[in-house]
Amino acid sequence: MTETRERSKEVQIWFGPQHPGITGNMSVQTWLDGDTLTRGITHVGYLHRAFEKLMERRLYIQSFPIVCRICVPEPDTNEWLLASALEELSGLDREVPEKARWIRTLVLEMSRLGAMLMVLGGHAGSMGLGPAPQWMIALRDLVLDRFEELTGGRVYHMYIVYGGVRRDLPEGFAERMEQTLKTIESKLPLIDDVIFGSAVFRKRAMGVGVVPREWAFEMGISGPVIRAMGIPKDVRKDEPYEKYAELDFDVVTEEGSDIFARAMVRRREIQQSIDLIRQILARMPKEGPYCAELPNMLEWTIPVGQTYVRAESSRGEMGYYVVTDGSKKLRRVHVRGPSYVHGVSLLERLIPGTNIADLAPLMVSLQVCPPEIER
Amino acid sequence: MSLKHVLQPFNAWVQAFSKPYTIPMKDTMRPGADRYRGWHINDVEKCVGCGTCADICQNAAIDMVPVKDPVKGDSGLRPKIDYGRCCWCALCVDVCTTGSLGMSNEYTWVEKDPEKCRYTPGVDAKPWDGSEKGWRQEEGFSLIVKDRVPMPMLDPKERIKTWAEVVVGYSVEEARKEAARCVSCGLCVAACPAHMHIPDYIGAIRDGDFEKALDFIYDNNPMPEMCGKVCTRRCEGVCSVGIQGEPLAIRWLKRFATEQFEDFAKVLHPEVKRVGEGKKVAVVGGGPSGVTVAYYLAVRGFEVTIYEALPQLGGATFFGIPKYRFPMPSLEKQVDLLKKAGVKIVTDHRVEKDEFRRLLEENDALFFGTGLMKPYKLGVPGEDLEGVIYALDLLRDHHVGKKVEVGESVVVVGGGNVAIDASRVSRRLGAEVTIAYRRRREDMPADDEEIEDAEAEGIELVTQSIPLRVEKLENGKLDFIWGPAEMVPPDRPGGRPKPKLIEGVENHLQVDRVIVAIGQKGEFEWMPEEVAEKVVTSRGWVEVDETGMTQWPGIFAGGDLVNSTADAISAIADGLKAVEGIQQFTLEGLSVSKS
Ligand SMILES: Cc1cc2nc3c(=O)[nH]c(=O)nc-3n(C[C@H](O)[C@H](O)[C@H](O)COP(=O)(O)OP(=O)(O)OC[C@H]3O[C@@H](n4cnc5c(N)ncnc54)[C@H](O)[C@@H]3O)c2cc1C
Ligand code: SF4
Ligand code: SF4
Repeated sequence: MTETRERSKEVQIWFGPQHPGITGNMSVQTWLDGDTLTRGITHVGYLHRAFEKLMERRLYIQSFPIVCRICVPEPDTNEWLLASALEELSGLDREVPEKARWIRTLVLEMSRLGAMLMVLGGHAGSMGLGPAPQWMIALRDLVLDRFEELTGGRVYHMYIVYGGVRRDLPEGFAERMEQTLKTIESKLPLIDDVIFGSAVFRKRAMGVGVVPREWAFEMGISGPVIRAMGIPKDVRKDEPYEKYAELDFDVVTEEGSDIFARAMVRRREIQQSIDLIRQILARMPKEGPYCAELPNMLEWTIPVGQTYVRAESSRGEMGYYVVTDGSKKLRRVHVRGPSYVHGVSLLERLIPGTNIADLAPLMVSLQVCPPEIER
Repeated sequence: MSLKHVLQPFNAWVQAFSKPYTIPMKDTMRPGADRYRGWHINDVEKCVGCGTCADICQNAAIDMVPVKDPVKGDSGLRPKIDYGRCCWCALCVDVCTTGSLGMSNEYTWVEKDPEKCRYTPGVDAKPWDGSEKGWRQEEGFSLIVKDRVPMPMLDPKERIKTWAEVVVGYSVEEARKEAARCVSCGLCVAACPAHMHIPDYIGAIRDGDFEKALDFIYDNNPMPEMCGKVCTRRCEGVCSVGIQGEPLAIRWLKRFATEQFEDFAKVLHPEVKRVGEGKKVAVVGGGPSGVTVAYYLAVRGFEVTIYEALPQLGGATFFGIPKYRFPMPSLEKQVDLLKKAGVKIVTDHRVEKDEFRRLLEENDALFFGTGLMKPYKLGVPGEDLEGVIYALDLLRDHHVGKKVEVGESVVVVGGGNVAIDASRVSRRLGAEVTIAYRRRREDMPADDEEIEDAEAEGIELVTQSIPLRVEKLENGKLDFIWGPAEMVPPDRPGGRPKPKLIEGVENHLQVDRVIVAIGQKGEFEWMPEEVAEKVVTSRGWVEVDETGMTQWPGIFAGGDLVNSTADAISAIADGLKAVEGIQQFTLEGLSVSKS
C-alpha cells in the first residue's frame, strides 16, 4: 500500500467547538481509521479574551476582577495567585492578617470541592450516564450557595484580594457550611454506586486513556493526572502556601494512570476537601482583621520585580509569572495553567489509537479548561 | 467486572422516591444572600458626584451624568450604570468615597428595551430602591486611605517661647505618602476660589516631580508658600476623601512643594505670551490681590508698579498673620520672584488723592486692593481707656518692628482668625490670654485647627460672653465686665442662632489689655472724592463687574474690600479675574477715562 492510498481511507472529523462532549470552547480536528483516531490537532482561540494583555492596561485593582474569568468552575485559584504574586512584589505579604490566611485557605478548598464535584459529574456525563452529572451539579450548587453568602457572588467570587479577603465570614457560616458538607457526604455513596460501581463506567474507564509514567516529568503533568500514576505530587504539600502546612492531609494517589484512576483520585479528593474544610473552620480565628490596610488602590505602584507563584487547583498546578516595572500597571502576567499541558500537548499525544467514543471521556479525565489555555 | 456492577447503578432509581435536592423553581426565586452583588442602589443625597466609582470601573460601565446643578463639593453628576458592561465586581461600591453606592440583593430583572438597562441608581426609580440587603461597604476593608499623614508640629510648651514656625512640614516621604491618598475627583478645584490645579500638583508630588508641581501651583497663585501655610482651604472642606475619612492635606502639600525650592525663578517655566508690552499698570496696595495682578501682568509683558504703604509687600499676610504661621523668609521668596518678573515695587509709600489722580493719567489701567485697614469698635463704655487696643494695630506694630507690650494678662474679644492671632501673639509676648466670644465654639469663624492650637498653647476660651463695659481699676489694671449669653433662634430661616444677653449677671476679668478683634472695614481717606463717590458703596464696599472693573472704567479692584469671604485665596482669585479684565481693557486700546 502506498502512503496516498492509506491516507485516502482516513475520515476527517471536527470534534467541537460546538459539541456537548468537548470540555468548553475548543475543538479537536481528528482523523479516523474506522472508529479509531489516528491523529488529532487541537484548536483553541474561540474564547480568547486577552486576559494577560488586558491586565497590562489596567490598574492592579482592576486586574483583580479579570483573573477569576480565567477559570469559570474554579476562579479562586486565579484570584489567589494574582494576589499572592503582587503581595510578594509589593511587600504587602508581610501584612496579610492571620484570619485572612485561614479564610483564603477555606475558599481555595471550597473552590476545589466545587470544581471536582462538577468534573466527576462530567466523567459520568461523557459516557452517557445521565443522572449523576445532574446530581453533581446540584451538589456543586450547594457549595455555590456558601460562596454566595461569603463573597456576594455564586460563580465569580472576586473575593481574595491584595492584602487579604474582601469581607469577613458571615454570622453562622461555619454551621451552614457543615450542613452543606453533610448533605454532600450523604449523597456520595450513591454517586459511588452509579459511577464507580457501574459496569459501563468501569469498562470504558479502566485501561483507557493511559498516560505513560515516563511522560510525567518530561511533559510537566500535574494534578489528578499525575497522582493517578501513583506519583504523590501536590503543590499544597510540596510547597505549602497559606495554611496548608498546618493542616492534616495526605496526598491522594491511585495506580493505573487511566480514566478510572483519575476519576478515583477526584472522588477521594472530594472527601479530602470536605475534611480540610472542617479542619479549617475548626481552627478559624474568631477575631481579628480580614484584610491588611491597603494603599489607595487608584494610585498603587509596585516596585520593579518578578516572581512565579504556584498553587494546586483541582486540575493541577496553576502558576502565575508576574513582572512589575514600578508603575501602576502590570508589565506582564503569564498564566501557566495545567490545561495547556493536559489539553494540548498531552491530548494530541494520546489521541492516536484512541476510539472516537473515548475522546470525550479522555478530555474530561484530563480536565481541560480552554480559557486557561488561551489567556 | 461482576453482576454487582451491573445492578448497582440501578440504585439511581431510589432517588425517584426521595425528596429532590436539586433546587425547585420556587426556591430559585429566593432573595440573594445578604451581601449579594445585585443591581446598584445609590443614596443620591449622600453621593457628591466625585466620579471615583467611574474611575475604578475596569469595564467603563459607569458614566457620570448631570442630574442637578453643581454646587461646591458636589459636581452635580451621578453615576449611571450600563448593565451591558457591568461585571458586578462591586469595586465601585468598595471605593465610593461617601459610602452612598451599594448593591441590592436583587438579581432578576426583565426589560424589553435594552436602553433601559442603563440607569442612574437613586434617580431612575427601581423596585429595589431602598433595599436593605446586598453588598455595602464594611468596616475593615477600604480601597482608599482614610487617615492623613500626621503633620509634625512643635510642642505647645516650647513653641510659645519662640516665634518659630509651629508647623514643621512634611518630609519627602511623608508628602509623597499623603499625596498618594488623592483620588483626583477634582471637587476641590471647583471649591478653590482661584481654581488651583490641585489634583495635578498633588499627582506631581506623589510622583516625586516637585518642579512640575510648582509649575502647576504657580499657574494661578503667586503666593503659594503663603497659601500653603495659612490658607483657609475650602478645598479640604469638600475633599471627597474627607467625607468618610480625613481630607487630603492639600494646604500642607502645596507648602511642601514650595518649600523644596530656594529660588522659584530658577525652576518655573511660565508659558505665556508677552502681550502687554508697552502697557502700563499701577497697583495700589501690596496685599495678595495686588501681588497677583502685578505678577501675572508682569509675566505677560505689562509694565507694572506696585505701591505699598508699609515697608514690605504682603498686605495682611505680612502685617497681620504672625510669623510662627508665615515666616518672613517665605514671604521674601515670593516677593523676590515678583521683582525677578520685572515688577517695580515701591514700599513705604502711601498713595494719596493727588498721586492717585496722577497715576490714573499716566497708566493704561489701575488696580487697587487696599484691604480692610480700619478695625470695628466694640461700642461699650470704657473703650477709650488706655489699655484698650485693636488687634490689627497690635499685630501691625509688632510686625513692622515697633515695640509692643501687652502686660501679664489680656482678654481678646472676638472669634475670628484675627482674634486667635492676637491671642497667640500675646501669649508669646508673655501674657495669660482669655478669648471672649459672643457665640458658641462651633460658631467661631476661626479655623478649627487654629482654635485647637491656641488652646494647646494655654489660651482660655470663654464663649457666649458679651462685653458690657471696661473700667480702670486702682491697681492700674482694667476690669473687663461681661455678661453671659443664651443662644436664641435666628431671625431668618437658615441664619445662625444669635447670642442674647442674660440680664442681671456681671462677670469681671482683671486684665492689662483688652484687645478688640471683632472685624475690620475699608478705609478710603486716601481716595479722591470723585473716584470714591463712584466706586465705593454706601456700606463701605467696592463693587466690581465680572472682569474686576469698578464703575470707573479702567479702575479695577479686588481683595477684602470687594469680596465677602475676606481671605487670602479669595483676594488672589479677585486678582486673577482683574488680570484678565485689565488685559482685555488695555489691549482694546482704551486708556483710563477721566470721566
Ligand atoms: C491678623 C490676620 C490674620 C489673617 N489670617 C488669615 C489666614 O490665616 N488665612 C487667610 O487666607 N487669610 C487670612 N487673613 C486675611 C487675608 O490676609 C486677607 O484676606 C488678604 O490679605 C486680603 O488681601 P487684599 O489683597 O485685600 O489686601 P490686604 O492684605 O488687605 O492688603 C492691603 C494692603 O494695601 C496697603 N494699602 C492700603 N491703603 C494704601 C494706600 N493708600 N497706598 C498704598 N498702600 C495701601 C495696606 O498697607 C496693605 O498692605 C488674615 C488677616 C488678618 C488681618
Ligand atoms: S464614588 Fe460614591 S460619591 Fe463618588 S460619584 Fe460614585 S457613588 Fe457618588
Ligand atoms: S460593579 Fe464593577 S463593573 Fe459594575 S459598575 Fe461597579 S465597578 Fe463597574
